[in-house]
Amino acid sequence: MTVTIDESSTRTLTVPPEAWNTPPPRKRGKKPLISFGHWWWALPAVVLVIAVHYVATLTGGFFAFTDWTGLGDWSFIGLDNFERIFQDPLMLGAVGNTLFLAFASVILTNVFGLLFALAINRMLKSRYILRTLLFMPVVLSPLAVAYVWKFIFQFDGPLNGFLGLIGLESMQKVWLADPTWSIWAILITVVWQQTGFTMVIYLAGLASVPIEVEEAAALDGAGIWGRFRYVIVPAIRPSIAIATTLGIIQGLRIFDQILALTGGGPAGATETLATQVYKQAFSLGQFGFGSALALVLTVIILAFAILQQYVTRDRDAGKA
Amino acid sequence: MFRYTKATAVRELLVWVVTLIGLLPFYLLVVTALKPDEEVLTTSAVAPPSSIDFGAFVEVLTTTGRNSIPMSILNSVIITAGAIFGLVLLGSVAAYVIARRTRAWTNLTYYLVLIAIILPAQLGTVPLYIGARSVGLTGNALGMILLWIGILLPLSVFLYASFFRGLTTEYEEAAVIDGATPTQAFFRVVLPLMAPATGTVAILAGLIVWNDFFNSLIFLGGSETQTLPVAMYTYVGGLVSAWNKIFAVVIISMVPILLFYMFAQKRFIQGFAGGLKG
Repeated sequence: MTVTIDESSTRTLTVPPEAWNTPPPRKRGKKPLISFGHWWWALPAVVLVIAVHYVATLTGGFFAFTDWTGLGDWSFIGLDNFERIFQDPLMLGAVGNTLFLAFASVILTNVFGLLFALAINRMLKSRYILRTLLFMPVVLSPLAVAYVWKFIFQFDGPLNGFLGLIGLESMQKVWLADPTWSIWAILITVVWQQTGFTMVIYLAGLASVPIEVEEAAALDGAGIWGRFRYVIVPAIRPSIAIATTLGIIQGLRIFDQILALTGGGPAGATETLATQVYKQAFSLGQFGFGSALALVLTVIILAFAILQQYVTRDRDAGKA
Repeated sequence: MFRYTKATAVRELLVWVVTLIGLLPFYLLVVTALKPDEEVLTTSAVAPPSSIDFGAFVEVLTTTGRNSIPMSILNSVIITAGAIFGLVLLGSVAAYVIARRTRAWTNLTYYLVLIAIILPAQLGTVPLYIGARSVGLTGNALGMILLWIGILLPLSVFLYASFFRGLTTEYEEAAVIDGATPTQAFFRVVLPLMAPATGTVAILAGLIVWNDFFNSLIFLGGSETQTLPVAMYTYVGGLVSAWNKIFAVVIISMVPILLFYMFAQKRFIQGFAGGLKG
């Protein structure tokens, strides 16, 4: 069984490399004794997949080049929507924030996830309890988690209270209304929730490192860093590829946390492509412009998704 | 050679300290939700309530009207259950035909499903909304269920197909020789053997649907039918600093998922990461 999914509101899946190989060929010359099911069993699924995934996406791609507002007439306006996106500082800021959140969250969740995985990997008596506890935030609703952090970041909330307690009053801030810090508050919320996910990916990867090899390296005088660099990293390279690409794809579509924590403010400082798609298309009724933003986001996501398929396939080819 | 030494014990202790600090938000969540109104702003956030007060929970659970929390829980349950049922039924039969029959069209269908898994959903949202609105499928549970089945079918078909490929055909053959029709062979013999696949599909799809905010916000926005996250968003938006009530809603939304997680945490974790070993 091989599938991975991310937890943000809309999802991406990775297709494991072997899935692309065509189904195992039936033994030649041997006709199956029975018919397996009826061919029309696949019909409802095929119709739904084509409608929801293919027709809708292609139609959305077409809308991106129109000025449609959801009602009445529309006309084909070529690249005007995209010109508007790349001339509007708010939209450019949203693109920047989207990329910042994706890359920063992927770096932090991978560093912390790997550290936790290494720390609990072997020998700890309570590693299963720790794994259960650390993975727990992953299954929760991102919106609910964001409200907990909203409380922590309040001006009279626990974070400022703690800073006051240790004598750092000068660092106290209105975190969620601060143009510089609000995006970091969102980042922390996302990283807190997602670290358990990368940890589990790395635990699966670390399970493939034979303990004998590690012991042999230790006997040959390799220190902790040496064992990490030359034994563990090569073995978990596939996990690194998957955890980082998945994290980026999922980081690019962060939405719930922003709506709960800042709503995109202050003054657009935490707007992303995902929040702008929602606001332009569904709050302002600019379906054409919203679709153009969605197309930009889709192209970015697709680029990383294809990169990921390539990276994971490459690893498979290398193994063979 | 690697043994449990004093250093390991220190490491274990250290990991526990870090983990417990990391889980502090859960502590804040619970103590704040149990405080009476007047204590929320006057006492320290980390201080436990002077006496446990379920007032916030009572108030949240007795809300009425469009964003009634109990009604939204019911809607979320209906939508999640409906989506899981559809995904198991349609996904398993489609995957069965795709996996067992080797014709050109089954391979083509399989690739169609795989590509749909990679295709980002964002671009399709606007057309889907407009299409659903024009046929009356926005603002009701049925539309939401159909939408989720459509969105998650590639996941379901893919998971089932990989399980079916690992299952020998002898079970169906034996069933057919004993006089079963293909339909009976599938539903009475093959599908029950697929319980692990069904469990994985149900857990992953259930989590995604139950926790979803974005799609519910768009497709149910402004209607009488709200899911829990959207009702929570609207309800919280109307409260200023009433953190005990906000956290009561948050806890209510987390409890069902956490209960499932506690009972089936191995399958949850494997469902998310187990496949990565391939």
